[in-house]
Amino acid sequence: MKLGDGIFAREVVPWLAVVFWIAVVLFVLVELVSSDFGAAVQGFIQGAFGGRRLAYLMTTLSRAALITGMALSVMLSFRAGLFNIGGEGQLVAGGLVAALVAVLVPGPPLLILALSILAAMAAGAAWALLAGALQLYVGVPLLVGSLLLNYPIRYIASYLVAHPYRDVASGMVQSHLVPQATWLPYFPGTRLDIGILFIVVAAIFAVAYSHTTVHGYQSRMNGLSPDFARTVGLPVNRLALQTLAMSGAIAGLVGAIAVFGIHHRYIDGMLVQPLYAWTGIIAVLLVGMIPWLVPISGFFFAAIQTGAAGMERTAGVPKEIALVVQAVIILLVASRVSGALLSSSDRKAGGGGDA
Amino acid sequence: MLDLLFDPSFFASVPRFVTPILLAALGGALCERAGVFNIALEGFLLAGAFAAVLGSWFAGSAYAGALAAMIGGILMGLVFAEFNLRRGGDAIVVSIAINLLAAGLTTYLLRAIFNVTGAFNDAGIVGFKAIHLPGIAAIPFLGPLLSGQTILFYVALAMVPLLHMFFARHRLGLRMRAAGENPAALQAGGVSPKRVQLWALVGCGALCGLGGAQLSIANVNLFVENMSAGRGWIAVVAVLLTRGRPWPLFAIAVIFGVVDSLSFRVQGLGMPQQFTDMMPYLATLIVLTALSWWRRRSAQ
Repeated sequence: MKLGDGIFAREVVPWLAVVFWIAVVLFVLVELVSSDFGAAVQGFIQGAFGGRRLAYLMTTLSRAALITGMALSVMLSFRAGLFNIGGEGQLVAGGLVAALVAVLVPGPPLLILALSILAAMAAGAAWALLAGALQLYVGVPLLVGSLLLNYPIRYIASYLVAHPYRDVASGMVQSHLVPQATWLPYFPGTRLDIGILFIVVAAIFAVAYSHTTVHGYQSRMNGLSPDFARTVGLPVNRLALQTLAMSGAIAGLVGAIAVFGIHHRYIDGMLVQPLYAWTGIIAVLLVGMIPWLVPISGFFFAAIQTGAAGMERTAGVPKEIALVVQAVIILLVASRVSGALLSSSDRKAGGGGDA
Repeated sequence: MLDLLFDPSFFASVPRFVTPILLAALGGALCERAGVFNIALEGFLLAGAFAAVLGSWFAGSAYAGALAAMIGGILMGLVFAEFNLRRGGDAIVVSIAINLLAAGLTTYLLRAIFNVTGAFNDAGIVGFKAIHLPGIAAIPFLGPLLSGQTILFYVALAMVPLLHMFFARHRLGLRMRAAGENPAALQAGGVSPKRVQLWALVGCGALCGLGGAQLSIANVNLFVENMSAGRGWIAVVAVLLTRGRPWPLFAIAVIFGVVDSLSFRVQGLGMPQQFTDMMPYLATLIVLTALSWWRRRSAQ
């Protein structure tokens, strides 16, 4: 009994406190727009899990796939001690290249689809490698190098679909539609595209790589103790670049899935504004980088976002409430669980330029 | 191109771009020297920009706006302190969360309080007036640079030597450096490093808040969603490059500010907006790369 009390006080009470504070924040924010709290909650549940023929649940799942994909991408880097927060740039590079290849290259649809996805993965990998090379060969800390690289690619993509490759007739800043035959099909009877299967494969690959291959083991070792990895003679630089390339390739894949599964073209801002990359980062941090929890965490954040959109429709609560709640969750939870994990490795990686 | 550079109105625009980056970077310097790894300057800046509009609109005075901006920035600093210093959360995780929090909260409140999406542009927002310095205004080149700016620019300029002296002479400044370089020694001297770091975060919040005020109630009189637009990250780079020393920081902020205003100017020459928007980030990357490379070479 005594032992049970101890566990209760240590483990359960802090989590109850987390739930309590999130409820308080939610309540205050909803009251601020003088909305009906009950209606807002109902709108949230409907928006995240309901809809005609579960249409909103499908939206949540499809968003969860993209967030989980980005989470896997950063998880590979983080676990190797590489603080790559440039996932957004790698995602945009992938989405842009996927759409352009599919629009510009003629050929049989399946071949074009495969080619576009591979090109997108290569583009994402290249963008990540650029940040890695800057850290290893020039001494630019990965943390800021990878982040700053988000901006040029964002504007390059914006320029390309605003001028040379713009679908002028549509009147919007977007590329032409990719050929309809390359669109990812829906699961029978639903409005959920099969892009989520790609993410499942990527997740299995990431977990298998991380836990069953020598390379994955070495990469994690490098994350847990860079000094040890170096001392035992691991090729740490090559490991870092390979890990970053994989990380970027997954981000590029996510960009391609967003193009072929959801938007069927590249629309300016379509990968930046929903903050997929940042949500992926916090989805990983929430569960302390434990791989099998990442899809759950990804679904959780996707549900918050689509649920908030539902709240906006039914109760008039601005959907940005999702961002606030996510940030509060990360502050309350991640500062408890993942602090130690990151700080052991990152200060060295981040301070690479000063060493 | 060259006549563009010697155009007085170009000179006049430079301080408007230097000020937000300089103020945010000086705030970041406080944290850097005190050993707080704060990369949430973007969020601090954005919170300041929003609070400035809020204060200015409700109180009908630009100074009230600046005060509100400082309070907004300080609140963000206190959130950082609570979760990083007191609860021991990782500084990078807390920073990422605060950047998201600021983005979400400002957009949410924009709709909740002013009932608009995207941007709030109202005649009720009172901005800072330009101050014309008689005599100085007549000096070629230097005149338009130094005269006709808002008070926030002069405050930012004054902060550079003040902060330098603060770190060199002031008791709290010295304690901050101790907290950054050797917290155990500070603790042994009977001063809590965390308390000193808390003050660094408060100061950082106030300075970033003022930087945000420059964006929203001095350069223009409106708030736009996400209007800090990466300037906080540029300030982070400036702090990392100079390790928080005020005078080098000033030089870097001026370089970035000049590029920023240059990119604004060349938009008129028919260059696509996407390329001019990209320039500040490219310049930051280039400066960062060049300095890192040079540092590594000279270390060898």
